[in-house]
Amino acid sequence: MSDATLHGAQPRPSLLVADPRTRKRNAAEARFRAYGLGAIVISMVMLVILLFTILTGGLGAFRQTYLEIPVTLDAAQLDKTGNRDPADLRKVLTLTYGKILQQSLEQAIADKGIAIADLSAKDVSNLISKEASAQLRNRVLADPELIGQTVEARVLVNGRVDGYYKGRVSMESAARDANTSPAQLQLADALKAQGMLATQWNWSFLTSPDASDQRPEAAGVGIAILGSLYMMLVVLVLAVPIGVAASIYLEEFAPRNRWTDIIEVNISNLAAVPSIVFGILGLAAFINFAGLPQSAPIVGGLVLTLMTLPTIIIATRAALKAVPPSIRDAALGVGASRMQSVFHHVLPLAMPGILTGTIIGLAQALGETAPLLLIGMVAFVKNFPSAPPDGLFEPASALPVQVYNWTQRADPAFIERASGAIIVLLVFLLCMNLLAILLRRKFERRW
Amino acid sequence: MPVSWTLLIVLVLAGAGYLVTRARVVALAGGDTRRLHSRPSYHGWNAALLTALPALFLIAIWRFLLPAANATPVAVLALILAAAGLGVALSRSAPGFRARNAVESMVKGLLILCSSIAILTTAGIVFSMLFETGHFFQQYPWQDFFFGTTWSPRFGGGSQLGILPLLWGTIYISLIALAVSVPIGLFAAIYMSEYASAKLRSVAKPAIEVLAGIPTIVYGLFALITVGPMLRDYFAQPLGLGNSGASVMTAGLVMGIMLIPFVSSLSDDIINAVPQSLRDGALGLGSTQSETIRKVVLPAALPGIVGAILLAASRAIGETMIVVLGAGAAARMDMNPFEAMTTITVKIVSQLTGDNDFAAPETLVAFALGLTLFVITLGLNIVALYVVRKYREQYE
Repeated sequence: MSDATLHGAQPRPSLLVADPRTRKRNAAEARFRAYGLGAIVISMVMLVILLFTILTGGLGAFRQTYLEIPVTLDAAQLDKTGNRDPADLRKVLTLTYGKILQQSLEQAIADKGIAIADLSAKDVSNLISKEASAQLRNRVLADPELIGQTVEARVLVNGRVDGYYKGRVSMESAARDANTSPAQLQLADALKAQGMLATQWNWSFLTSPDASDQRPEAAGVGIAILGSLYMMLVVLVLAVPIGVAASIYLEEFAPRNRWTDIIEVNISNLAAVPSIVFGILGLAAFINFAGLPQSAPIVGGLVLTLMTLPTIIIATRAALKAVPPSIRDAALGVGASRMQSVFHHVLPLAMPGILTGTIIGLAQALGETAPLLLIGMVAFVKNFPSAPPDGLFEPASALPVQVYNWTQRADPAFIERASGAIIVLLVFLLCMNLLAILLRRKFERRW
Repeated sequence: MPVSWTLLIVLVLAGAGYLVTRARVVALAGGDTRRLHSRPSYHGWNAALLTALPALFLIAIWRFLLPAANATPVAVLALILAAAGLGVALSRSAPGFRARNAVESMVKGLLILCSSIAILTTAGIVFSMLFETGHFFQQYPWQDFFFGTTWSPRFGGGSQLGILPLLWGTIYISLIALAVSVPIGLFAAIYMSEYASAKLRSVAKPAIEVLAGIPTIVYGLFALITVGPMLRDYFAQPLGLGNSGASVMTAGLVMGIMLIPFVSSLSDDIINAVPQSLRDGALGLGSTQSETIRKVVLPAALPGIVGAILLAASRAIGETMIVVLGAGAAARMDMNPFEAMTTITVKIVSQLTGDNDFAAPETLVAFALGLTLFVITLGLNIVALYVVRKYREQYE
């Protein structure tokens, strides 16, 4: 009141009409609220844009254009001796199978009476993916009886033609492209009109290994999924027992002294160490020093174990802390030792929290890329690793590293593959997080 | 593989030890388990642990520390150890033997060992990098590394390996990332803790946390295929600032998005920790809600928020995949944010992927870079944790 008179302000004329100063303050209030709301909206919009671009870019990887043609497996070319001896059949290179595919396609074009202006022989042979001849060869080697017959073959087409049906390649861009031509695309259209060429669901994206630079149409995430799975296995086997044991000690037994303090500070610092530093550690300690093989899932698993340990320890300690002391007191009161009270009573009650933390730690490990680049997971791997434990020491890839690998290739078709691999990765992460949420919902207990 | 065979035999021995000792102790007690000091299974566990632990340690040390050692003698030694452990356990098994105490102290030892792995990891990180960094500085003068302004590694000699251009790129990108994430994250946290209805919070909080769960490679791809080309086509080229898709701006913006949930969840905790009485006092004096926040809550929470920003900065400096895919590979000291620059982490990746020659300074420099990165982020983390902890104590 005295304030108002001191500053010589007019007394408020009406309670019903806001004075200028109040209006100003209220406007500031509204602006401030709008900033806050805006910040939330911006972050949600970013999330939507991020997911939308990845999804739209990557769904194409799950569909692939195939050509269905009758292929005559000419015995004169494939088995000169005529005795179907597997050793002799193996000597026939994929080149020969490529020629057979080309002849079959030319035959099919002639049969259907497709005529296209300035269609070169190269256009016709290039329509078929280079991977297709290798696939046909494998099929024949698996079943030599096919030789001499005419079989229906489902053949991968060239990545550019595939891109044409996914909107990545147009007639205009094809004219400028050395790897395809408008005539080739017209041929593909004509074949499609005859029902021989179709874009179908592509299981092989999930099952087949990576393919070389020129064959984006054949590249898949099979080895990457397997490699990631192996690494998660290693992390699960190592990080969970070690992490839980460490948390039990720190939470239930550790005396408050300098050593425990050092451990605690260490764990919280390790949680914030950049992941690439763990990669350097893995390279120096596990590969250079311990002599483990490069690009093996065991090394990746060990590095990811060290990385996820702090996460698991922090989550487990929170879960142990949430178990009320009365449980421990009751156990001790009926004569259990401290060890028994922890292992028989506290630990089972803390299990849901530990599981949730573990799954979240695993999800983090699954998406980690940088440390894996340093331990050689970028290598091109064409052969599936065998079953564990031997497979853990054989070269493999990992899902996020596969994504990185594909972004480094020249052909834009690999970008679609990379987005597709990310969809696979996100689906795995989603499942893990849903599992964590479900576990928490089902077993959560409040005392 | 001799390792897996030895492992298998040791485990079988341990299992046998469990069964035999348990049966023996029960037999010694004349079938009356009440005459035993410990339950029979503790006697069994005692034997199993004594058999397995020494042998397993030997195998672990052999496999990871001395991979070149001859396999057969070590395997034989491990088996002898296992058999000796079993023998000791069997000879000690008697009804009065305090097996439970023995087992519990062994388990406790294991627990202590597991909790020391964190220390071992840190030691491993520091030593592995110090060791190789030492090698690097024997071949390349440290003054040139820390104060050199040119980065041009040439395999075959004559490289210039100055860290300053990389440090500049790292700092520039991190600053842009913080300029994006701090206001957005902070405002989101303020709105969520002070204004939002429970319903909005239950939607918005998990949605923002989803951003935190997305792997960084996804952000990297987003930078590479969406943000980079967009910035180039709509900003850099029309403004004549360059025509590179990979740029400081691309990496900074995307990294900023990645850091939003990080800043917002930390600030959320800190704002919630400000005592309600401070708010009530300000509101009671007639300030509006925003005045309360700006003049009372935020100043009170400031140290904590500074800590959160420091933690976010350490994240930004150590982030790898976004900059690998979004920032480019050219080491350059430039003010133009639409120019491609590079960071410490990018160069660690590029120097250490592919065929490495661990005698060449061009490879070893990655360890020096890694150590620098480790020291910077560790320093930021320690300061941040100190600030946050000190602040928490203030209101407890």
